[in-house]
Amino acid sequence: MKDIQIKKSGTTYDAVIVGSGAGGGMAAYVLAHAGLKVLMLEAGAYFDPQTDSMQLKWPWESARRGASTTRPFGDFDAAFGGWKIDGEPYTTKDKTEFWWFRSRMLGGRTNHWGRISLRMGPLDFQPTDGLTDPWPITYDDVKPFYDKVDRLIGVYGTKENLENEPDGIFLPPPKPRLNELFITKGARAAGVKVIPGRGSVLTEALPGNKDRGACFFCGQCGRSCKVYGDFSASSCLVIPAVKTGNLKVITNAMVREVLTDKEGKATGVSYVSKEDMQEYQVNGKIVILGASAGESARILLNSKSSAHPGGLANSSGVVGKYLHDSTGSSAGGFLPQLLDRKRYNEDGVGSVHIYSPWWLDNKKLNFPRGYHIEYGGGLGMPGYGFGFGMHNMNGAVPDRDGKVKEAGGYGASLKDDYRRFYGTQVGMAGRGTAIARKENYCEIDPNVVDKYGIPVLRFNYTWNNDEINQAKHMQDTFEEILHNMGAIHGPKKGADTNYGLEAPGKIIHEVGTIRMGNDRTKSALNKYCQAHDCDNLFVVDAAPFVQQGDKNATWTILALSMRTAEYILAQRKKLNV
Amino acid sequence: MNRRDSLKALGIGTISATALLEACKTPADKTATPETTEVAGVTPGRQPDELEREKKLLADKFFNEHEMATITVLVDIIIPKDDKSGSATDAKVPEFIEFIVKDIPDHQLPLRGGLKWLDLQCLNRFGKTFIASSHAQQIEVVDDIAYPAKAKPEMQQGVAFFNRMRDLTATGFFTTKIGVTDLGFAGNSPTKWMGVPADVLKQYGFEGYEV
Repeated sequence: MKDIQIKKSGTTYDAVIVGSGAGGGMAAYVLAHAGLKVLMLEAGAYFDPQTDSMQLKWPWESARRGASTTRPFGDFDAAFGGWKIDGEPYTTKDKTEFWWFRSRMLGGRTNHWGRISLRMGPLDFQPTDGLTDPWPITYDDVKPFYDKVDRLIGVYGTKENLENEPDGIFLPPPKPRLNELFITKGARAAGVKVIPGRGSVLTEALPGNKDRGACFFCGQCGRSCKVYGDFSASSCLVIPAVKTGNLKVITNAMVREVLTDKEGKATGVSYVSKEDMQEYQVNGKIVILGASAGESARILLNSKSSAHPGGLANSSGVVGKYLHDSTGSSAGGFLPQLLDRKRYNEDGVGSVHIYSPWWLDNKKLNFPRGYHIEYGGGLGMPGYGFGFGMHNMNGAVPDRDGKVKEAGGYGASLKDDYRRFYGTQVGMAGRGTAIARKENYCEIDPNVVDKYGIPVLRFNYTWNNDEINQAKHMQDTFEEILHNMGAIHGPKKGADTNYGLEAPGKIIHEVGTIRMGNDRTKSALNKYCQAHDCDNLFVVDAAPFVQQGDKNATWTILALSMRTAEYILAQRKKLNV
Repeated sequence: MNRRDSLKALGIGTISATALLEACKTPADKTATPETTEVAGVTPGRQPDELEREKKLLADKFFNEHEMATITVLVDIIIPKDDKSGSATDAKVPEFIEFIVKDIPDHQLPLRGGLKWLDLQCLNRFGKTFIASSHAQQIEVVDDIAYPAKAKPEMQQGVAFFNRMRDLTATGFFTTKIGVTDLGFAGNSPTKWMGVPADVLKQYGFEGYEV
């Protein structure tokens, strides 16, 4: 046992950042470009889309044809990890359910996401229904940073002048695919608003940026982009920050805790290297957590000391509480009018071409807040699962000779059906606001550690009627849209499945575990995401969110992280760091 | 227009185009690349445990010879050669099924049991296994399990098996070069997406329709 020792570094960085995703990446980008000496710790492997992306690979280049056996979104998806990682368990309490998605790699979960880039609106920051606490900041406080993120990273969309769907500085959106035209028509007939999508894909070259290529429309953003034509934290933030010479990245560094001194100030971070399983300590004048809402809460709760007996930044006791994901429910079918459709390349972009922002007034509904709808369908590249369930489809419509044939079958006629039905499918998914509740939380499991000896998270999360009623409304809406399109589809998801409401964590939008606020007895961070209890500790992922809107979290993570990083630069003298 | 020209036409810069050309390489284009990466023990974008797992699966064998022979007959009944493309065995569907049941073990029992069910049906009816039965006899049994809505209740297990075989055969076929070409899939290559072609908009009455 003599050879186990903690390796302490003599260097003190201006800032140590934990995590290389949207939050950590943006903080590193801003601080490194401002000349600070920054160290970033990433729990997984190095990943550069230019060399590591599976972009433009054909299905037969995967033995499993792209099946999701080892990666939840398929063999070609960029994201390592998933809801289960060997040796890194998490637990749930009282038979509740929570699914925690982790990508241990450079860029974190920006390697997975759909590039859907929506701003939260004025009502998301300052809700008027009294149901959840207002943020300590308003849309106007964040708007300049959303604008800067738009210019720095690039996002397509259209100006719509909608009150709670603020417009950005947009590149032109991709034109809709054929199936999306049918969807738009069907949705509008159901009174559902449809507008062009908003996504962080460079549909045109990004003004002033020579390091990134424009999109060439392969529709494979999920695989990450070799020409950096979409947003990943690696390609757009971390790699450029490294090029300044001011950022050092240590990969495979699994952070155990934030170290503090007797006065309770952060002094650095301790981590275990996955490469040699040794313990290391690194020093920073500032510590910035961007490890994800779950992981940052875990690190704080595991950072106990005499100055912070309940975990770091947790004198309020709120760390881990108010955990909330988005709601999700989906439906699909096929359009018989598209049988035997003409073939052409309609890959488009790998983010949404159209979407429906929330369009109704809650006063007339039995649930608070709302949801948006994402749509898809068309002549996609075949992969594992292609052709599945033909026996549910080919008996539902007349054959070329006008006769309805027996469903299922085999032989030349079946072979021809796969050609006939190719490109006819449509799908839609609602993504809604789940309410931040104190009763939904993560905490440290007193009995379980991971393979690095780090105590793991235990989740306690249940949906209530607000979310279930919202899912029911989604299903009713989807059915009407599908009907209006003339789509053929299976039975609507009913009460037995909570109307298709996905389990908490499945939408991978979890936020809220280290909330910001003006009242230090009810929040862990001030309005700049600086810990009330520890002024040289900041959190830049989605943990500070007080209440998420129905919008995907990434664009707000980026804007808030940039805002916090600029605050750090402005405050360095005052902070004496 | 060759690939380099089409990239130029798209306005993709030189540096980017190099990466893209690398990415555009199909297996047929590849020469030394895979060997080089093998030597280094690194495959870009793949984690070591993923590679290890795949290597093990490829080395393992699940189906025995009789089972593989039965699968081979079945997949060509499901997807035969026609005037447009080759058969399921031409596209190496049996090999795909052998791999995928090792990769997704949930397929193992239903397929192994289903093959056994099929043999017993034939033994009871014809005194021979499925592959030893005549083509007409094989088709007689297949007809009893290929149509879920009209199949007799006592054929239900066979229907469930055949549905799974149909699904895996279709996926295995249409995810090969033969199948992708047959479908007429036109994507997975750099382009400039300008929206639905005018003739298609016209065909479906969407001329001038705006989102």
